[in-house]
Amino acid sequence: MSEWRCDGLTFRYPGATVDAVDGLTLEIPSGACTAILGPNGSGKSTLLRLLLGTLRPASGRAELRGRALGDWTREALAREVGVVPQAEEAVFPMTVRELVAMGRYPHLGPWRRERDTDRRAVDQALRRCDVHALAARPVSTLSGGERQRARVARALAQEAGTLALDEPTAALDVSHEMAIFELLRGLGQAGKTVLLVTHNLNLAARYADRLLLLDRGRLAAEGTPAQVLTRDTVQGVYGWPVEIVPHPGPGHDTGAPQVVPLAGHEHFRMRQEHGHAA
Amino acid sequence: MRPALRLLLLALLVVGAVLVGIRLGAVPLGVREIIDAVRGDGDPTTVAIVQQLRFPRAVLAALVGGSLAASGATFQALLRNPLAEPYVLGVSGGAAVGAVTAVVLGAAAAGGMAVSAAAFGGAVLAMVLVLRIAASVGRTLDTRILLLAGVVVGAFFNACILLALTFADTESFRSAIFWMMGSFSGASWREIGALAAAAVPALIVLIALARPLNLLSVGEETAAYLGVRTERVKLIAYGTASLLTAASVAASGVIGFVGLVIPHVVRMLWGGDHRFLIPASVLLGATFLVLADALARVAAAPTELPIGVVTAFVGVPFFVWLLRRRPA
Repeated sequence: MSEWRCDGLTFRYPGATVDAVDGLTLEIPSGACTAILGPNGSGKSTLLRLLLGTLRPASGRAELRGRALGDWTREALAREVGVVPQAEEAVFPMTVRELVAMGRYPHLGPWRRERDTDRRAVDQALRRCDVHALAARPVSTLSGGERQRARVARALAQEAGTLALDEPTAALDVSHEMAIFELLRGLGQAGKTVLLVTHNLNLAARYADRLLLLDRGRLAAEGTPAQVLTRDTVQGVYGWPVEIVPHPGPGHDTGAPQVVPLAGHEHFRMRQEHGHAA
Repeated sequence: MRPALRLLLLALLVVGAVLVGIRLGAVPLGVREIIDAVRGDGDPTTVAIVQQLRFPRAVLAALVGGSLAASGATFQALLRNPLAEPYVLGVSGGAAVGAVTAVVLGAAAAGGMAVSAAAFGGAVLAMVLVLRIAASVGRTLDTRILLLAGVVVGAFFNACILLALTFADTESFRSAIFWMMGSFSGASWREIGALAAAAVPALIVLIALARPLNLLSVGEETAAYLGVRTERVKLIAYGTASLLTAASVAASGVIGFVGLVIPHVVRMLWGGDHRFLIPASVLLGATFLVLADALARVAAAPTELPIGVVTAFVGVPFFVWLLRRRPA
């Protein structure tokens, strides 16, 4: 069953000369982890916003569970999809618990009082993301990794079946990045649908079930990591020479394709061979 | 301490401040005398002082202080800017143009209500202009453009005031300047009734929007993903906070500092949850302005200081102390 379905989805930012998303037709399955990949400016975040209803397509159609995104109210959508947007800057002080408790808004609305079920959902989300000990801390005093985990916890507190994340590990170090991906894997195993935008090809190959590779607003490749991350496809889309090697293991992801970018003179040689500016 | 209990104590603080405001003045009064006078007993002069001068004056100061503080808290959340205050969208400029025009045209003779009405009209005009300008750019209401539109409209109205003052006679000039400095000296129960009719529903709306405001203060996109109908909430909140400011300015002129600082004080002491922040700002703003007005009356008696001077002279050192007490 598919979670999202797009048909001829097109979007252009005001004043731009090309479409940011150009006639995309694709499906995103439910109960699996899908990663949207692509170079800077290839339309990843735009696609995500179209799928989340914060941008409206110029033409074409995007639907979630068979219903066009324009027909969802924000509250109903927030009960189905928890979102971790790209970094946000809170100007006023707030504790981690307050931040995570905001995830209950779609269930409470502006006026209803917090009930026990709401407090339990918040506690559970805090624990799941390992920020329970930080609950009373002001968000501004957290490290980048802790803050990101708190924001994932907020999305989990929404208790939605689906989770969408926009570059959740940008600017995180290796261990914090791994912790987030492990968390996403655990959520996927628990039956959640996960959709994430990321620049990390190798972690996407190891943790996602399906990859969507975008190039200038179009779909360059889709399928399993092994189908998408081939040498020709990656070189063509990113314009940089790469080798694809299997992940050495050990672990569940032994053998997953890993992209190794080659040194600069290989780039020069590639450009001469193909005679195009990469 | 539970938030509800804290609010109750803050409410008692307002009552205490009003009592202090009534006691202090050219003729100091005791608490017993005040209670009698409010009920209409005792010396007729005292009754007149309390019922017609000091009591309405303190109540008006409380209403204005509460309104400005709530409006400031709302603007700070919506614009996600700690420097935002009730006048940031040009409402005060519009009100001043209305009031100064009325004064120059001789409405002062017709009574304070005419000037108030003109000020309210000018404030609403400014608010509509700013919202129209911001709404005409792009599909959604962009906070940054709203801020710029407010600054530009405010600057334009300030120029209009200077123009009007250039052609004013000395008497009108003085009245206009006094109006712009803000004062509660003309307080009357009629004026209080007019302000309360606007302020009470507006405050209820803002308190009802507290939870969406919490989410909006984190970010508009985040708020939308959490289920807030951001465009609608923004429009209602901007409109309500602006009307609240317009009604306050119409009643007492432009009084600075309360709307900027009181929400920060509440945040620093008790955190930024708008469900508490807005009602607490109302109560603390009311207390602050009533006491500031009392001080303005007695500090250099018989000369009355402009209320804005007192709010700044008292508020600035206190705020600096609060900033230093809380590092980061």
